[in-house]
Amino acid sequence: MLYISTKYQIIRKDFPFYLGKTAHGGLWVQIKNLPGHLPKESPSHVFLQEIMKWNGWGYSDSRFLFNKKGQAEFTGKRYIIIGMIIPGLKDWFECTFGASLQHKTPATPLLNSSAVQPPTLNEAFVEELKSTGIPFSQDAEDRVFRAHGHCLHEIFALREGKFGRVPDMVVWPNCHNDVVKIVELASKHNVCLIPYGGGTSVSSALECPPEETRSIVSLDTSQMNRILWVDEKNLTAHVEAGIVGQDLERLLNESGYCTGHEPDSMEFSSLGGWVATRASGMKKNIYGNIEDLVVHIKMVTPQGVIEKSCQGPRMSTGPDIHHFIMGSEGTLGVVTEVTMKIRPMPEYQKYGSVVFPNFEQGVACLREVARQRCAPASIRLMDNEQFKFGHALKPQVSSIFTSFLDGLKKFYITKFKGFDPNRLCVATLLFEGDREKVLQHEKQVYDIAAKFGGLAAGEDNGQRGYMLTFVIAYLRDLGMDYYVIGESFETSVPWDRVLDICRNVKARIVRECKERGVQFPPLSTCRVTQTYDAGACVYFYFAFNYRGLSDPVHVYEQVEHAAREEILANGGSLSHHHGVGKLRKEWMRETVSNVGMGMLKSVKDYVDPNNIFGNRNLL
Amino acid sequence: MSDRAEYRDSGRAGLVDERQFVDILEERRHSSDLGHALRTFNPHPYQGAAPCSAAELNKAVLEAQYLRYVTKEIAMETGSSVEEVRKEACGILEEMSQNLQLGFIRLMGYTLTKVFKRLFTSIFVNMEGLNMLQQAIQETPVILMPNHRSYVDFLIISYILFTYDIPVPVIAAGIPLAGMKMVGEILRRSGAFFIRRAIGSDKLYWAVLSEYVKAIVRKGYAPMEFYVEGLRSRTLKSLTPKLGMMHMVLEPYFKGEVFDITLVPISISYDRVLEESLLAHELLGVPKPKESTMGLLKASKVLQEDYGTMHVNFGRPLSVRQLCHGKINRCQYNLIPRSKSSLQICTDLWLAHLMVRIQEEGSLISPWSLMACLLLQAPITVLTEEGLLWQQLTEKTLWLRKLALDYGARLNWSAPDSDVMSSAVALHCSIVHRKAGRVYLVQEEELARKRPISLEEGVTRTAAAVLMLASYRNQLLHVFVRPALLATAIHITKSTQRNELFTFFCFLQDLFSYEFIFIPDKLSQDFEEACLLLKKCGAVHISQQEVTLSDMGLEALSFLQALLQPFIDSYQVMFRYLSEEGVNVFTEKQFLPAVRNLATKLILSGELHTYEALSSDTQKNVLSALRRLEAVTKLRASEQNEYKVNKAAVRRTGDILCKF
Repeated sequence: MLYISTKYQIIRKDFPFYLGKTAHGGLWVQIKNLPGHLPKESPSHVFLQEIMKWNGWGYSDSRFLFNKKGQAEFTGKRYIIIGMIIPGLKDWFECTFGASLQHKTPATPLLNSSAVQPPTLNEAFVEELKSTGIPFSQDAEDRVFRAHGHCLHEIFALREGKFGRVPDMVVWPNCHNDVVKIVELASKHNVCLIPYGGGTSVSSALECPPEETRSIVSLDTSQMNRILWVDEKNLTAHVEAGIVGQDLERLLNESGYCTGHEPDSMEFSSLGGWVATRASGMKKNIYGNIEDLVVHIKMVTPQGVIEKSCQGPRMSTGPDIHHFIMGSEGTLGVVTEVTMKIRPMPEYQKYGSVVFPNFEQGVACLREVARQRCAPASIRLMDNEQFKFGHALKPQVSSIFTSFLDGLKKFYITKFKGFDPNRLCVATLLFEGDREKVLQHEKQVYDIAAKFGGLAAGEDNGQRGYMLTFVIAYLRDLGMDYYVIGESFETSVPWDRVLDICRNVKARIVRECKERGVQFPPLSTCRVTQTYDAGACVYFYFAFNYRGLSDPVHVYEQVEHAAREEILANGGSLSHHHGVGKLRKEWMRETVSNVGMGMLKSVKDYVDPNNIFGNRNLL
Repeated sequence: MSDRAEYRDSGRAGLVDERQFVDILEERRHSSDLGHALRTFNPHPYQGAAPCSAAELNKAVLEAQYLRYVTKEIAMETGSSVEEVRKEACGILEEMSQNLQLGFIRLMGYTLTKVFKRLFTSIFVNMEGLNMLQQAIQETPVILMPNHRSYVDFLIISYILFTYDIPVPVIAAGIPLAGMKMVGEILRRSGAFFIRRAIGSDKLYWAVLSEYVKAIVRKGYAPMEFYVEGLRSRTLKSLTPKLGMMHMVLEPYFKGEVFDITLVPISISYDRVLEESLLAHELLGVPKPKESTMGLLKASKVLQEDYGTMHVNFGRPLSVRQLCHGKINRCQYNLIPRSKSSLQICTDLWLAHLMVRIQEEGSLISPWSLMACLLLQAPITVLTEEGLLWQQLTEKTLWLRKLALDYGARLNWSAPDSDVMSSAVALHCSIVHRKAGRVYLVQEEELARKRPISLEEGVTRTAAAVLMLASYRNQLLHVFVRPALLATAIHITKSTQRNELFTFFCFLQDLFSYEFIFIPDKLSQDFEEACLLLKKCGAVHISQQEVTLSDMGLEALSFLQALLQPFIDSYQVMFRYLSEEGVNVFTEKQFLPAVRNLATKLILSGELHTYEALSSDTQKNVLSALRRLEAVTKLRASEQNEYKVNKAAVRRTGDILCKF
């Protein structure tokens, strides 16, 4: 009995809408006010920046805090959990991290523009840019805003009011042709361009290379956010690459369609960013990952524009040039327009959850679901620690009856079924499609789960699991107010190694923390978030209380580094969908072999010989 | 000094502080044996383990994907049905598997208390090591790695762990033990599992064994105990480790199936070894009696004698993860499915050697070892006829005691000096006796009484006593071997140049690699250590380029050199045999008696001064060393293990050894 009727809402001031329940209990996106296209005369960049935090995740007015009674609540008007008391969070927080509400580490409240380096400008470039009429800015705040992603070290530095190298100016192209002009000018005047989409990178991809001496220009694609056409015959949509996920879905929903691409960052991340990092969405089991969704890409490079001549659904024309673009992480050019597959909106959605006696059984069940190729739109398995975390986020129940029911459920699972509360884990499910099939599908999955000792645990638990995804980034900010820092990272791994990698990486994190003088045992937890025929995607969450450490970020980075080594040693990949950026590029060579590196380098050398796209990601 | 130092227990070298050790027999002598056997046993097992019975373990092994895969493969290769191969695998597992039961541990506990109380004055166990083990067992799968010097120590670890509420181990044992009536079954139920000798290329056997071992480690079923040396050492010297078992045990870590594995080296040291005489005769070619229950009962007469004390020193638990950090790239397993056969990671080599080295360093040196060492350096006629002056022996022993302490040995010397030495001699009355201020070698009287003995028999008689002495000397060789190699290098090359000495040092290490334990690829560290130790006793001055002799340390230098002399002499005899007298192609069975004959002849003619050349152990080591140096090759086609010798190469090797 969680978020009452409307399960969760993502409400933005500019385009308010919410995800609500359908008559059938499913969930779809409803539009409250039809906003039409972006008002061009009031550039949304200014607007977005104003309503978003400059030194944390998401909207400025949306944040967790502990009220005077020490109870956690969420502020703002955008998410459904606003105003709800979360009584369990404080205890969980204090017990898990050994943190105390007495010990605060507040962030620097205001951006101090004078602490920002003055811009290094390429006058000739600026002059010519002015003549094109494309808007640009050298304002410190604009520049700082686009100088980072959301890695822990980036946010930590911002909270302390520290800025490293930031872009020297920001430009806002309005369309493909604007980008062509900017790239031409940058090439002509040897200016470094760093494409910027939603700014949700977690791979240090947006950091300006400190060794860069040229003028750095952040190319912000946010004004290129139109759906140019929808082709209902072929079920495709042609979209400008700057559009952010929630806008794309909302606009398509208006005409009864969706892309179904829902990465956890979809509130803020952009289509171009998805393409550039090889993004993956929660519902990839139905809709596919970005590489499955994309039909056509247009990218502007220093050598000119790259695109295919037609929109054939599959081609045998040598190596697919899209695969040079997808995952290029802004090193080759700017993605400007993308043709994507679209689908009619699902008639029915249903959440679900299954409790397993232990993680091993849960993984075995997911493996079987994958073997039978009957995975629902989304299926995720949380480990015991994360189950407890989710439990701590349960809002105060409204009636005695619900709390009684909860108690009964708990009694049934732990006492009657003999599940050990310190070992059990939970899988969350999301089914989508027409009603009949969803119900049929649901039965099939629950039947498999039963074979592995799984017990159906209701829709609410499932829904809370997915909710966690959207608020977890806000929770990190809360932790950072109280000496707790953390982050998540992911990998993909063959099925036969899933259990081993989960166990070993979690144990490695705990051991590394201990060895590096972290005073309290860290939170080290994981979940399996995607299933494939041949393996799974695993997410690790890791956070610790840094009281008593002189350089917590360094310790954090060392531990994350060790964890990544552990992942690789256990047969995991360098990244499933976050990308490489600069954070993980030291492992690229061993990941793709020397020849592979050479191939990528030679493409870069041909496409961008002067390193105009000089963010130095990947290679 | 060497990076091995980091694994050493800190502050332990020197005279052993008896307070670290607790005599576990003390309590047994004051309370009921039955009470001990029936004590509440409440250990804290490995946290990651779900409890599982022996039957469940076997079932999991048979169902393991890897075994199924190998079964199928073998069925394909041999043309038999999968079902048949599976049955065969079942049979192997049945023969192999342990069936650990608490009831039998109690029975074992009761019996061993009786036996131990009779044999030993005390059994000392270091509590600190035991406490660390208790902790480690809860955190990761644990591998107990004791040395093996006597049959008595087979269940001693289980006995101690049972006494201190630590989960009892399953133990890898040789299959002959399983064949003993009753005893085999009792051992099985006390946790022993049995491995055939000479498995060779039996693919199915390997598969069952490795799956069984890995399953135990993966599940953290129980601590696993095995002898990294593979066998009981007949010479009381450490043996070159066997790698097969080590590899199987470590594989779950390399494959990431467990987060870590803890290795616990255990050093068991005896004042006096039960089998001393048996072993010496075995080395002289008298075959070892087959393990049988009757044999065991007959051997009960050894129970009448006093064997002094036994020390069980539990080493610091070592994390395989830490040991291998930066040395092994676990990614090499990434491209092979879990269920398929495994990659051989060659690094277990140094790990196994390292474990043996740590066992050596953890072992306690008895005063008797020092004395044996010195007795062996006296001319044989002095020992057999004139007798060695007690006064002289004790003075030298005290001198050696100081040297050993300087070199970091752990000495068990807990009473006034004269008492210690007198009681050592008293304890070893089977080897020496003291009469009128002199010490004589004891020689078996039995033969002599019946009839006059031949000269050759006389040699064997003396040799038995000498080899017994040698085995006690062997217990401390590891303390001196590195500086002794350098001392020998200095003596033979007459050089002062560091690099020349280093080259010769390496040659000696290579030649004696089956004789003494060196960690592969640690040559220069060993050399550095040798230099430092010689410098420490004032024997040499060391500069960047040179190692020059000093007048101060001649005594130490000549002692060290004399320590190795029997080995060098023995090796030369065998080189001589191979390069001059022997045939080109021979089997081991022909080689051993032939060399023994030659050595006997040379001893009688006064050309050879060491009886150690008669030891089959030395003889086999020479053969292995020459194979390693490729002067001898094993004929592949041959079924009887025939060897072919390259006489010129053997001669060259011999020449280097007396080069100048």
